[in-house]
Amino acid sequence: MSLSRYEIKINGLVQGIGFRPFIYQLAHKLNINGWINNSSEGVTIQIECSPETLNLFIAKIKQEKPQQSYIENLVISSLNFVGYKSFIIRDSQKENKPISASILPDLSTCNDCIKELFDCQNRRYRYPFINCTNCGCRYSIIKKIPYDRIFTTMSKFEMCEECEKEYKNPLDRRFHAQPNACEKCGPHLELWNQKGEILAKFDQALQTTCELIKQGKILAIKGLGGFHLVIDSRNKLAVNKLRQLKNRPDKPFALMYPNLDKITQDCYVSSLEKKILLSSASPIVLLRRKKENSLSLICSEIAPNNPYLGIMLPYTPLHHLLLAELNFPIVATSGNRHSEPICIDETEALVKLNSITDYFLVHNRPIFSPIDDSIVRVIDNQVIILRCARGYAPLSITLKNQNIARDKNILALGGHLKSAIALKIDNKVFLSQYLGNLDNLENEELLDNTTKKLNNIYQIKPDLITCDLHPDYYSTKYAETIIDKFHKEGKLSKNEDRKNSISLVKVQHHIAHIYSVIAEHNLNLPLLAIAWDGTGYGLDKTIWGGEFFLITEEKIQRIATFSPFPLLGGERAIIEPKRITLALLSQTFKAENNLDTIINKLKINQYFCSQELAILKKMLAKQINSPLTSSVGRLFDGISCLLKPKEIITFEGQAAMALEYLTNDIITTETYPFSWQYNADQCNYIYWESIVKNIVKEYLENQSINNISVKFHQTLVKVISTVAEKVRLKNIVLAGGCFQNKYLLENTIHSLRKNNFQVYYSKKVPTNDGGLALGQILFSLSPNSIKF
Amino acid sequence: MAHGGGGKLMKQLIDNMLLPVFSNGNFVEHDSAILNLTSNKIAFTTDSYVVNPLFFPGGNIGSMAVYGTVNDLAMAGAKPLYLSLSFILEEGLSFATFWEVIKSIKQASEISQVKIVTGDTKVVEKGKGDGIFINTSGVGIIEHNLTINPQQIQEEDVIILSGDIGRHGIAIMALREELEFETTIESDCAPLNHLVLQLINSGINIHCLRDITRGGLASILNEIAIDSDSEMIIQEKFIPVQEEVKGACEILGFDPLYIANEGRFIAFIPKNEAEKALSIFKQENPLATIIGKVEKKEKGRVILENKLGSKRIIEMLTGEQLPRIC
Ligand SMILES: [Fe+3]
Ligand SMILES: [Mg+2]
Ligand SMILES: [Zn+2]
Ligand SMILES: [Zn+2]
Repeated sequence: MSLSRYEIKINGLVQGIGFRPFIYQLAHKLNINGWINNSSEGVTIQIECSPETLNLFIAKIKQEKPQQSYIENLVISSLNFVGYKSFIIRDSQKENKPISASILPDLSTCNDCIKELFDCQNRRYRYPFINCTNCGCRYSIIKKIPYDRIFTTMSKFEMCEECEKEYKNPLDRRFHAQPNACEKCGPHLELWNQKGEILAKFDQALQTTCELIKQGKILAIKGLGGFHLVIDSRNKLAVNKLRQLKNRPDKPFALMYPNLDKITQDCYVSSLEKKILLSSASPIVLLRRKKENSLSLICSEIAPNNPYLGIMLPYTPLHHLLLAELNFPIVATSGNRHSEPICIDETEALVKLNSITDYFLVHNRPIFSPIDDSIVRVIDNQVIILRCARGYAPLSITLKNQNIARDKNILALGGHLKSAIALKIDNKVFLSQYLGNLDNLENEELLDNTTKKLNNIYQIKPDLITCDLHPDYYSTKYAETIIDKFHKEGKLSKNEDRKNSISLVKVQHHIAHIYSVIAEHNLNLPLLAIAWDGTGYGLDKTIWGGEFFLITEEKIQRIATFSPFPLLGGERAIIEPKRITLALLSQTFKAENNLDTIINKLKINQYFCSQELAILKKMLAKQINSPLTSSVGRLFDGISCLLKPKEIITFEGQAAMALEYLTNDIITTETYPFSWQYNADQCNYIYWESIVKNIVKEYLENQSINNISVKFHQTLVKVISTVAEKVRLKNIVLAGGCFQNKYLLENTIHSLRKNNFQVYYSKKVPTNDGGLALGQILFSLSPNSIKF
Repeated sequence: MAHGGGGKLMKQLIDNMLLPVFSNGNFVEHDSAILNLTSNKIAFTTDSYVVNPLFFPGGNIGSMAVYGTVNDLAMAGAKPLYLSLSFILEEGLSFATFWEVIKSIKQASEISQVKIVTGDTKVVEKGKGDGIFINTSGVGIIEHNLTINPQQIQEEDVIILSGDIGRHGIAIMALREELEFETTIESDCAPLNHLVLQLINSGINIHCLRDITRGGLASILNEIAIDSDSEMIIQEKFIPVQEEVKGACEILGFDPLYIANEGRFIAFIPKNEAEKALSIFKQENPLATIIGKVEKKEKGRVILENKLGSKRIIEMLTGEQLPRIC
């Protein structure tokens, strides 16, 4: 039997999840000699065996690989036989190639570790930092790759003898588990008061914490990617106090339940939802509440007027210990001051959360990258990621389209809200975690730092930078600063100027939304793309958000949009959707000249003070600070506020969500009339005035607002299918924040599928502005980027 | 007022109106005014004034034309002495209106203690002007050894604001667009030279002064931050804004930080002289206050800390201010 030497290169998610010990054990089982190591792209294996054994070896890898791993690509090549004597795990190799290995997201505690955690015989009994190669922190502690302990924040802990033995034994579950630790050598808990004085340590700190929670106190607890603010979810007083101190009057709080059984007491949980709750990503899942549940485990102030609850299960050993002790659901909301990034450092938290809490449960394992809890929702029996953070980030997407310029590194800076950046290396895009809204200094600095960190982790310098078209986004300004700085430095070194030149591509907001979907699904052109959204800077310098594009290899054509209406007072109209209602009514009833009568009949004047209404009408008439928009998101706001008037919203999307929740799963195919004309050579207007007119009519006839909301949703579905029928392209892309709306998305998908269209929308990547960076990258590589 | 043939006649009339008002021994119309200055360091500036409407609560184009130029001189640390005064009048302007403007120019020059020493008048065809355009140039003397400009700004300097902000811009807009607010908002149009002179005479080591006109406090601070390469932090809670102005801004969707003023300025003063300077400011306007300080001398930018302690960068006003939020 002739033996040959083979080199197998595997990339994908193959580092930091026990892939090397798995191969080690497999090689020993099959009696194969050679070696394996981590490389900049994944792992490299060399083995010497017969072709038959090679086939068996490859088949076994594919079948039995570790649960968390994912093989993107596997390439085999033949080499000269050298005669290896054993199979070993070699040290990671240093290479001068760009690093494109995926960094593993943080993983929730595995079942083996949970078992040990509650086993009083185990040496890690009740140790809140237990982990193994199948679970525990990853991205949040990584400073650089390859993923080795010295490049993580665990480098400051020296392993004890026993831990080291596990770490070095290829047959152990903790072989090269970088955060491996035990009570003797690893991080520990401390409970602090407001002055930072230690009240208790180790298990006592945890026990006292539980007592304080039960007493109704607000606790700041340092977890995996940052601090949580934690209270007893049954305690109305505590919930109201937290709302007040966090300056968060309406937005629902995220919950952590002790176990799945308790969740099913309060919510409907499908098998898919169950699977996500228990997955290693362990995100917050939006679950439908059981109606009229008098036995609810939580108080109603948690999520007022909301048919959904955002729920997660314990995902670190610390959470498992807490929840096992408490055995009731807790509120676990991000530990930050209003609109700031999540706190990651205990001394920082002591200052910033000082006005919110008196107690801090902290530990001494430093967090390198702040990372919030992810949020997902099941729509059309598919998992949709709404916030890509812990457990998913950095998200790796492989570009399979042609012309992706493998040698070009690209940095994309995303948008302004729900900010996230992305890096393209080779044919991969890495999307960062959610960085929050860029309207305060701390978030802006977080954007700068994350950019620097990711560039540093992957050790690249971008050749191209891409950002939004909006001149006032911080991310746009930051992109310009980087370019300026580069050009200034570039001037100093005269030669190689051109070779080193770095360019900036600004991408229209909705085009980025659409290309994000195209990138995620590797779609081919031509296609019809619908981008419905809150607000994005348009090419004509108005605010877009209700757009239809025809996208071919040759060009991008905006074929239709919603007839524009004014945002009275600019951003103010977004915070006070009643202004949008007023603008919609004014435009609808302009011809009939009976706006005042309508306002009186609808009784919406009570939501304005007298001088306010008069001035707003003047602003309408004279177009004072009233930029025009075609945004469907804003249309949602305006209709929502017509049916359920409210003076002000206190979180993003509040009014639009309220309108979605009114649908209450009612099924109808009734719609309101709308008008439009299709002229293939121009941008056609969809006139919504007749929709508003009929809604007003039905509302005044006292028809149920639930039915009105359903009909409004169905009308929008019909708008899409009408345009789709005219354009008649098989592939249709749905993009933008409006498609976070379950009722709208599901009904649109169904209606289009019925007519044999193929529908694509974001799943892995957020459909909101969190996914812009991916779209910016793909578009900046497209020949259309020059023409559009 | 008529143009063309009648124009000549009208011009004579105007001269007859102007001469007695401004005859002060120095006033000449066509030749140059001859001035005796007591310092060989002088400040010299010019500005043109167009405002619609011509009259507004708290002032008119005439008082603005005087105070504007006086204030520009004051901001250089100069003591304003002499102004020139040129009109471009639109055919059809009523004599009564013009007379009102002239009277208030005279009054404003008396209040700010400057002399109008030369001038000119042109009349343009109807439709080619906006009632009245005014240009004034001014000369002032510098009688101290301070250098007052952004480059003098040091770390730890405090920023003193001379009073509440946003009134002028809102007053003008309310009138122009016929917005009926419950209370009339009056422009803050006023001369600043007396206060500046008092600061100088009290020996305050002023580093920089700037009147916060077009673009408002935010834009002006940004200009200075960039010119002086300094990072400034200001506190929202210390910036005085009249309730009426706040309410109007909220309805209109404007930020008072970006609204124009005509009688407000900021001063950069060394930390150890802050209290003394502030007490002088307060004699003039009790609303004067320390709004912040220069944090460090790097990266020119302005940070606003809100009431909850959150910070954000406030940018220079760019174009349309389109919404960014979703
Ligand atoms: Fe968007
Ligand atoms: Mg000026
Ligand atoms: Zn484990
Ligand atoms: Zn140990």
